[in-house]
Amino acid sequence: MTSTQHLAGGATASPARPVYRGSGRAAETRRKWYEIIGLTTPAIAVYVMFVLVPMGFAVYYSLYRWRGVGPPTQFVGFDNYVLAFQDPIFIDALRNNAIIVVGSLLVQGPIALGVALLLNRRFRGRTVFRLLVFVPYVLAEVTVGIMWKLILTDGGTVDALLKSLGLGSLTQAWLADLDVVIWTLLFVLTWKYVGFAIILLLAGLSNVPAELTEAAAIDGAGWWQVQRHITLPLLGPTIRIWMFLSIIGSLQVFDVIWVTSVPAVRSLGASGTMATYMVDNGFFARLWGYGNAVAVILFVISFVAALLFQRFLLRRDIEGAITRRVG
Amino acid sequence: MATKHRAAPFLGILLSGSLLLTACGGGGESEEPAANELYKNPVTLTWWHNASQDGPGKTYWTKVAKDFSAAHPTVTIEIEAIETNQLQRTRLPAALLTSDPPDIFQAWGGGEIREQVEADYLKDITDQVKTEVANIGSASEIWQVDGKQYGLPFRMGIEGIWYNKDMFAQAGIAAPPTTFDELNDAVTKLKAINVVPIALGAGDKWPAAHWWYNFALRACSVDVLKKASIDLTFDDPCFVKAGDDLKTFIGTDPFQKNFIATPGQNDPTSANGLLANGKAAMELMGDWNKGTLETVAQDPAKLTKFLGWFPVPAISGSAGDPKAALGGGDGYACAKNAPAECVEFLKYIVSPEVQKAYAQTGVGLPVAKGAESGVEDPALKSILDATSSATYVQLWLDTAYGSTVGNAMNDAIVAIFAGKGSPQQVVDAMKSAARK
Repeated sequence: MTSTQHLAGGATASPARPVYRGSGRAAETRRKWYEIIGLTTPAIAVYVMFVLVPMGFAVYYSLYRWRGVGPPTQFVGFDNYVLAFQDPIFIDALRNNAIIVVGSLLVQGPIALGVALLLNRRFRGRTVFRLLVFVPYVLAEVTVGIMWKLILTDGGTVDALLKSLGLGSLTQAWLADLDVVIWTLLFVLTWKYVGFAIILLLAGLSNVPAELTEAAAIDGAGWWQVQRHITLPLLGPTIRIWMFLSIIGSLQVFDVIWVTSVPAVRSLGASGTMATYMVDNGFFARLWGYGNAVAVILFVISFVAALLFQRFLLRRDIEGAITRRVG
Repeated sequence: MATKHRAAPFLGILLSGSLLLTACGGGGESEEPAANELYKNPVTLTWWHNASQDGPGKTYWTKVAKDFSAAHPTVTIEIEAIETNQLQRTRLPAALLTSDPPDIFQAWGGGEIREQVEADYLKDITDQVKTEVANIGSASEIWQVDGKQYGLPFRMGIEGIWYNKDMFAQAGIAAPPTTFDELNDAVTKLKAINVVPIALGAGDKWPAAHWWYNFALRACSVDVLKKASIDLTFDDPCFVKAGDDLKTFIGTDPFQKNFIATPGQNDPTSANGLLANGKAAMELMGDWNKGTLETVAQDPAKLTKFLGWFPVPAISGSAGDPKAALGGGDGYACAKNAPAECVEFLKYIVSPEVQKAYAQTGVGLPVAKGAESGVEDPALKSILDATSSATYVQLWLDTAYGSTVGNAMNDAIVAIFAGKGSPQQVVDAMKSAARK
């Protein structure tokens, strides 16, 4: 409160400023507030204009039966939300999102940890390996989608490879079999994003003080014991941050699914996610009000997931930064 | 997993953000001159069309705009070429909500134009284009709403079956099938020589849905079809019969394996790719298919040699008119507040000379009488003949019923192809979407 008064006073008193210069805390506080306002205003303006306002509009439009022709006039309350949860295809999309969230954590986590621990040791060509592991993550999503679509097509590279290995019986309609396609997509997503987890964990590993591991080694701990009792616990914050990013990313995943899986398979509920469902219905079925409702549902689910995760798992890591005032 | 997940929230924002334009779009430059002042004041027409890929289509429209400006120096035409789905699903709807939409733009006709007219977006051009409508004939009805003209087509054609003549000869099929019994017979013969009888791009939904449309066209009388397009009522049992007939047909296993994930066109693994590269014998597709087949053919010269076309076969003893056909086209419409020159430009686009040169590009079939001689390709010529001898041309059902019903219908039809849906569910889905 006091600071606001200073602020208001500062605006009118500014011509007299030299008089107060060096006279102590009032000028200092005022200067601090000028800085805060000056530096944050552009960011806040952009945030309000391009995040908060559109979000408000999305909520507003989601309450209308609206086809995007003329202004929305037909208020329907929460009907669009009810409709979404009554549509089996949307429920399928929720299930697919859940598979991707859990699958990503369970598959990428161990792989990333293992590879990161390996790449953290010194050996020839380590830099090259690190680079290669990161390549899929750098590729554009659409490129990845088209590439895997061609590789996984009937009689494509994967099928040919399996046949040449004498595993012809394992060939599948990777992208056409309605029971298989979501697992295929999970594989593609893992391939694409595991590199990110590895890089994150490698960064975390470089923060583990060498003194600790050396001390443990001197005390007679083997490599495994060092990893288990020193590296892993110290890597905790990094792992939790990665899990957080992974969960939110999995809930909102769109591009790889959109490109790799064809519309028919999505519309049958076999591969669509909330985000692809939103675009299929919002734009292609021209249900703009409904599409906005799905957008809001997606937002709320992601937001709640983020809050819960922060509350229970990230609490210690971000303590002070967000939860408490920093003196 | 994903951290680069900007797309999803971005699209969410786009859904609503694009609508912000409603509020933000400032006053346009379209101060409308009175009709008698035509070509007196300098005007700029913005033109949005969908020939976004470099090729004869895009080049031709640029030339048309240039020629028109040369003849009428007060008119400047600014073209924006936008990919079809983007144009029709997002850019146009958003632009039409603002006070500054493009002046002349792509219009599909049918349910879409009806919605646009109800929202008061389009210019009523009935009085200005009487000559053109008379010359184009019944095709122009698709761009009419309640007897008034709001747009004109520049391309129109019916769909049929594109086939590989060499494979037909090899399989001992003497003449293109004219009934479904003959088609089934052809399928059996083609299987005997180990060829995929029919390529199907069900992955994109609509290529599969078009089979149902054709069964509906054969099962339903013209009156029922006409009424359905206007009232969106689908109570006639013929709509269920269409699904039954489709199920029986799918039961004969005429398509390639895993068709549910095969895209329709534009890539070598698509249904187009299968036909163009000699891996399948037939494909049900619209009149534009020649051009799209060429883009995926490894040997376009060979394609031209073996490619043939025949109309969708009739079903003996059915209620539908055997000479009726499914078709569709592309047209342009003028925005409500577009300058009067817009209508003049539209008339120019559909004039016989411009249409004839359009036909010569091979991009599509012209609609204006007097332009027929521009069609040179034999397959396209047979479509032109069939189009003019069709007793009734039903617009693609998904276009005729509008995006919402169309999309629900296509989804439900795809479910039949996947072995999951039922004929009754298609009709139920259409009915419930009509209320959405």
